[in-house]
Amino acid sequence: MTSDVASLTIEQVQSGLAARKFSAVELAKSALQFAQAENPKTNAYLHFCPERALAAAERVDRKLAAGENAGPLAGVPLAVKDVIVTEGVRTTCGSRLLEHYIPPYDATAVVRLEQAGAVILGKTNCDEFAMGSSNENSAFGPVRNPVALDRVPGGSSGGSAAAVAQGTAVAALGSDTGGSVRQPASFCGVVGVTPTYGRVSRYGLVAFASSLDHIGPFARTVRDAAQLLETMAGRDPCDATSAFAPVPRFTAQLDGEVAGTRIGLPREYFEGLSSDSGDRIRHAIELLKKLGCEVRDISLPATKYAVPCYYIIATAEASSNLARYDGVRYTGRANEDTLSGMYRATRGQGFGAECKRRIMLGTYVLSHGYYDAYYLKAQKVRALIAEDFRRAFTEVDAIVAPVSPSPAFKIGEKIDDPLEMYLSDIYTITGDLAGIPCMSVPCGKTSEGLPVGMQILTRHFDETGMFRLADAFEKAGGFAGSS
Amino acid sequence: MKITESEVRYVADLANLKLTDSEIARLAKDMDEILTHMDALNEIDTSTVEPMAQVLYQSEETATLRADEIVPPIGNDAALANAPLAGAGYYKVPKVIER
Repeated sequence: MTSDVASLTIEQVQSGLAARKFSAVELAKSALQFAQAENPKTNAYLHFCPERALAAAERVDRKLAAGENAGPLAGVPLAVKDVIVTEGVRTTCGSRLLEHYIPPYDATAVVRLEQAGAVILGKTNCDEFAMGSSNENSAFGPVRNPVALDRVPGGSSGGSAAAVAQGTAVAALGSDTGGSVRQPASFCGVVGVTPTYGRVSRYGLVAFASSLDHIGPFARTVRDAAQLLETMAGRDPCDATSAFAPVPRFTAQLDGEVAGTRIGLPREYFEGLSSDSGDRIRHAIELLKKLGCEVRDISLPATKYAVPCYYIIATAEASSNLARYDGVRYTGRANEDTLSGMYRATRGQGFGAECKRRIMLGTYVLSHGYYDAYYLKAQKVRALIAEDFRRAFTEVDAIVAPVSPSPAFKIGEKIDDPLEMYLSDIYTITGDLAGIPCMSVPCGKTSEGLPVGMQILTRHFDETGMFRLADAFEKAGGFAGSS
Repeated sequence: MKITESEVRYVADLANLKLTDSEIARLAKDMDEILTHMDALNEIDTSTVEPMAQVLYQSEETATLRADEIVPPIGNDAALANAPLAGAGYYKVPKVIER
């Protein structure tokens, strides 16, 4: 059974449990054993929670034995990014500062997935406080890409993407503020989804940039990702920005009928695309045409301003959100004689280089005399970026674009050039700025064997259209579980 | 130069961050480069654009209002469990007031 764990889908877990091929506890035990044995190769997990996993699996087995419905995710081994809090299970955010932090509550997404039968195996590595595009900013060491171990898995949800690609979890939760789910999904060859802003409660997601933060799923198939999203989405009184919009059953609508879908290709996203990744995307577009989609060129003219706009808004919000790590409440503290000395030393010792850089940039753009020139200006440019999408969606039903300018790069290749690293987020940050749903679906590999993801973006709350297109594409191309 | 080392020190002070001299030098270089890149925003005329302060809110303005009902709090012990230093039900910090 252990050897099968690496390739299971949610549907296969359900049919295996129904046919009594294995119990939820047996599956949890072999999944844990496999994940713990494989983990040294990639460093995808920071810690495992076997007690919690087995308790969840036992609940599933009891329900099944009693003939009750154990939920759509019954027994599904799940990994959770370590910026999402889990009661009683260490949650470090990839930071030295929170090395010993044990949350007193669960994130809403975690509660809903466990209620649906999911079995959380452990917490996954990530860039510190989700700040990074390579997972090299973790205080607990980088994650290696399971497809090519000398390369990054992408970031910041690199551990979650790597776990799903490596087969050490059937699905995983990540968080996306500027591409932190889609970019690692594309680098590791798995499906990664950033839902509409507010679709999934942020309660229990440690805040990085609150107007941009999303929880999103990773999975081996589009259907599995849709299943996770429909299970955890929906209004939550604990997050005032969570949406009241009803949550459709996405999985019930994956019928492969996408002929006539109007797809826009934003020309700004195809300039500066590396030839290898570009070739895969162009093949993908041909496949969409074969499926009967109507493909046309469109323009999103504000795209060229997205990187500066994003790095002003995201760092401004981050500098405010990270102010809470002051050595008083959250475990880490440097011993100093004065209160202000203690604050400064705690933060100086606790945060890594990238967090400091962002706190400094954010503090600068919000400071007296610079607020209008940077922060207010960026908020206006953000409105223009959102307006670009609104206008485009009056002509097309979906936008298709690359996820990243190039496939997974080598560990260490970009770490000394922060601006270069920021610029590589160009194709993913626009979706977060506009708050629209977007995802990465595998679309093949480069000549070096590195996965490439195709990005699909749709209107606010139209995850249904996004999943339908992605599912039809995945099936037509034979990309499911291709990592 | 968009930012000097002494301005970096000033911002670090605002942010309550203790930085080493080498960190300050590195940050001055990085921030200068990034802030210069951010100047690209000055190319666009946004004089008639409303700033986007709210991402999405598609419901009535009162939709988030709810009945004022008491729910069980997290509890003092649980709330203090992650404190580096606590006592008598409070967080403890270095002495602030001299007598």
